[in-house]
Amino acid sequence: MNLSRRQLLYLLPAAAAAWEFVLAGTPEAAPTYHSAEHWWGMLLDVTKCIGCGGCVRACALENDVPDGYFRTWVERYHVDDFHIESPVVDSPGGAKEGFPQSTLTGGKNFFVPKFCNHCVDSPCTQVCPVGATFHTADGVVLVDQNYCVGCRYCIQACPYGCRYFHPTKNVADKCTLCYHRIVKGLTTACCESCPTGARQLADLKDPKDPIHTFLKTHSVQVLKPHLATGAKNFYNGLDGSVR
Amino acid sequence: MVPLKDISHLLRMAAVFLVGLILFVVLRGAFLPKSFGKYGHYRGDALAEITARPIAYAGHQTCESCHPDVADSKAHGAHVQVNCESCHGPLAKHADDPTNLRPEKPDITHLCVRCHSENIAKPQGFPQVDAKEHSGGQLCDTCHHPHSPHFSEGAKK
Amino acid sequence: MEGFMYPNEVELQWSVLIVLYPFLTGLVAGAFILASLERIFRVEALKPTYRLALLTALAFLVVAPMPLQLHLGHPERSLEMYLTPHRSSAMAMFGFVYLWYLMAVLLMEIWLDYRKDIVILSRTATGLKRLFYKALALGSTNTSPTSLYVDDRVGWVITLIGIPSAFMLHGYVGFIFGSVKANPWWSTPLMPVVFLFSAMVSGIALVMLMYQLTSGLRERAVDMQCLDTIAKYLFYTFIIDFTLEMLDLIHRIYEADESFRSLDFMVHTKLFLSQIVLQIFLGTVAPLALLAVTQLVHLSINTRKRIYIVAGVCTLIGIFAMRWNVVIGGQLFSKSFLGYTTYKMGFVTREGLGPAIGLMILPFVILYVLIKLLPPWYKKLPAPDSAAD
Repeated sequence: MNLSRRQLLYLLPAAAAAWEFVLAGTPEAAPTYHSAEHWWGMLLDVTKCIGCGGCVRACALENDVPDGYFRTWVERYHVDDFHIESPVVDSPGGAKEGFPQSTLTGGKNFFVPKFCNHCVDSPCTQVCPVGATFHTADGVVLVDQNYCVGCRYCIQACPYGCRYFHPTKNVADKCTLCYHRIVKGLTTACCESCPTGARQLADLKDPKDPIHTFLKTHSVQVLKPHLATGAKNFYNGLDGSVR
Repeated sequence: MVPLKDISHLLRMAAVFLVGLILFVVLRGAFLPKSFGKYGHYRGDALAEITARPIAYAGHQTCESCHPDVADSKAHGAHVQVNCESCHGPLAKHADDPTNLRPEKPDITHLCVRCHSENIAKPQGFPQVDAKEHSGGQLCDTCHHPHSPHFSEGAKK
Repeated sequence: MEGFMYPNEVELQWSVLIVLYPFLTGLVAGAFILASLERIFRVEALKPTYRLALLTALAFLVVAPMPLQLHLGHPERSLEMYLTPHRSSAMAMFGFVYLWYLMAVLLMEIWLDYRKDIVILSRTATGLKRLFYKALALGSTNTSPTSLYVDDRVGWVITLIGIPSAFMLHGYVGFIFGSVKANPWWSTPLMPVVFLFSAMVSGIALVMLMYQLTSGLRERAVDMQCLDTIAKYLFYTFIIDFTLEMLDLIHRIYEADESFRSLDFMVHTKLFLSQIVLQIFLGTVAPLALLAVTQLVHLSINTRKRIYIVAGVCTLIGIFAMRWNVVIGGQLFSKSFLGYTTYKMGFVTREGLGPAIGLMILPFVILYVLIKLLPPWYKKLPAPDSAAD
């Protein structure tokens, strides 16, 4: 195909709208996005996850995640019979290269993708001493890398282990829900690259979002509900053994 | 009443504290970022800095806008919901400059097994095989076209 | 790493420097509370150590923020904690508690107690030192009995405010850990109280040792009534501290919640040396037994002095071990309760053992300088002029 960009812009307005923001390094944020109209969460379907690690790779590429640190990762669970309090869990290299064949046989086995839950009552923002990590009006928890002092209190306070200390920037870092993408109408990198639809971005304020029907018709859970963090990652098919 | 001279040292100390307080207020005015507190207890400018990040994955709508033929060939196959960049990697740069930045074709030897190698933890209904047993060493695309993976002889063109 | 940990948990975030920090602030709070026993509660026997305890507190308080600065990813931004403190953050609020305690309590109390001596020294000292004392006196030369009486009353009020301030100073540090619901090793309402009482124990033990050390170096006799009183307060405080820690332990074992098995295994393996051997036996049971003996049995002066030294040193080791077990121990286990990691402590790295040792020695150097500038011992100075200038 040898269409010039201009020709395509005439042809497909929808693509044009997306195209504008696909340009690398555009300094302005999307002008038509109003954060008060959105409330972001995510739907994770454990029954669909195949542990391919595509999400981990995509996130690392989209967000320049340093090697050995993870904004998202996948865990593999092996539960023997009724021993749900003692599963065998692994996540080799965060599942960035997928999983080798399991050595354990029998029992119940499944994958669980994990990342920042963008909690409504996040303990991480509560403890930040300077206001470097915060909630946006659309429910995303972000880190201001130019303001963080690197005390790492937020990393200690997160019950889910989703934060890490960036080895070269010396600030706290974590999943941003690809904020730079979702304000421009795109989905997150992990959702875009998930081959089975196990991960789906959800706008909880949009009445047309399929998550509303899904929540009405399926049993879902959040991780560590007893900590009352207001987590917004909803897991379908989550087993009781999941930590 | 205590004579003033006997508490003058306390007043001098109070003055020292006052100077310290004034110094703090001045420092704060000088160093506090202007956009702090605009939307909440954080630097308002941070939002613009974060959203200015360059995009790496173009998104399948963008791919399909230039490659509707591929979208068509995928439409009725098992890979209909597998987005282009799941296999082809991030392509925003290519979408920006299609003729000059052509991506490499993914390496079939490693690509398909990442999803389809059998693993006890994968959902039961998901197509998974032991690659060697399944194809006797032949590459996957000998029989399965990635865009429409249903088995067909001579899929590789 | 053993078992399973969330991938980002394998590396520890808070190092030995963060162990050092509560240890240092604890010594400050403890030394101050010992000093306030004399000032507010009129325990006359402690008078010989009053000024020494205050100077000790100051030396350690000044060093306390240094391990934090070394730890921060961006220490050049640390002023942000004062410019935009996040009110829900215990760490941010602590910055102000520290500032209040340093400026309004400790420095003021020392200044008021020493002011007469400072004025005298501003007349008798020479050269640069004279300038220093003049500045410290804020140019005032008033040593009239009325002004000294005013100093004493104001100082009394400051000490009175200082006691809850000292409680806040170290209680807050305990709250910084105790309020983290994500970490079951830290999250307990007992944490601020345990931290505070262990701080008092460590501070009292330090002053006890410093008194014996400085008396030895000055070749002066130790006031045994003073030393025995310090030891007595150390003993009583230790009993309370031990009770609180045992309460926490028994409660955990009895309730045995989801974290218990993982934590129990950690204590018996990774923390065996630091918790069971150093903190409990060497650091608590041994000094308690030694001090109990001195309280119950009549022993000669020299025997008591030797026992106090041994008990004091063991106590300080034990309280340091306690901080280590809280900070490091809290990061060795996974929040999935399925695995453990190890702490790789460097030596000549920014957050390694080398700087930690340096920062442990620095307060003693500062204390030496403070003692030289503001001698705690009254006999050294000439009598003040009765006429105010």
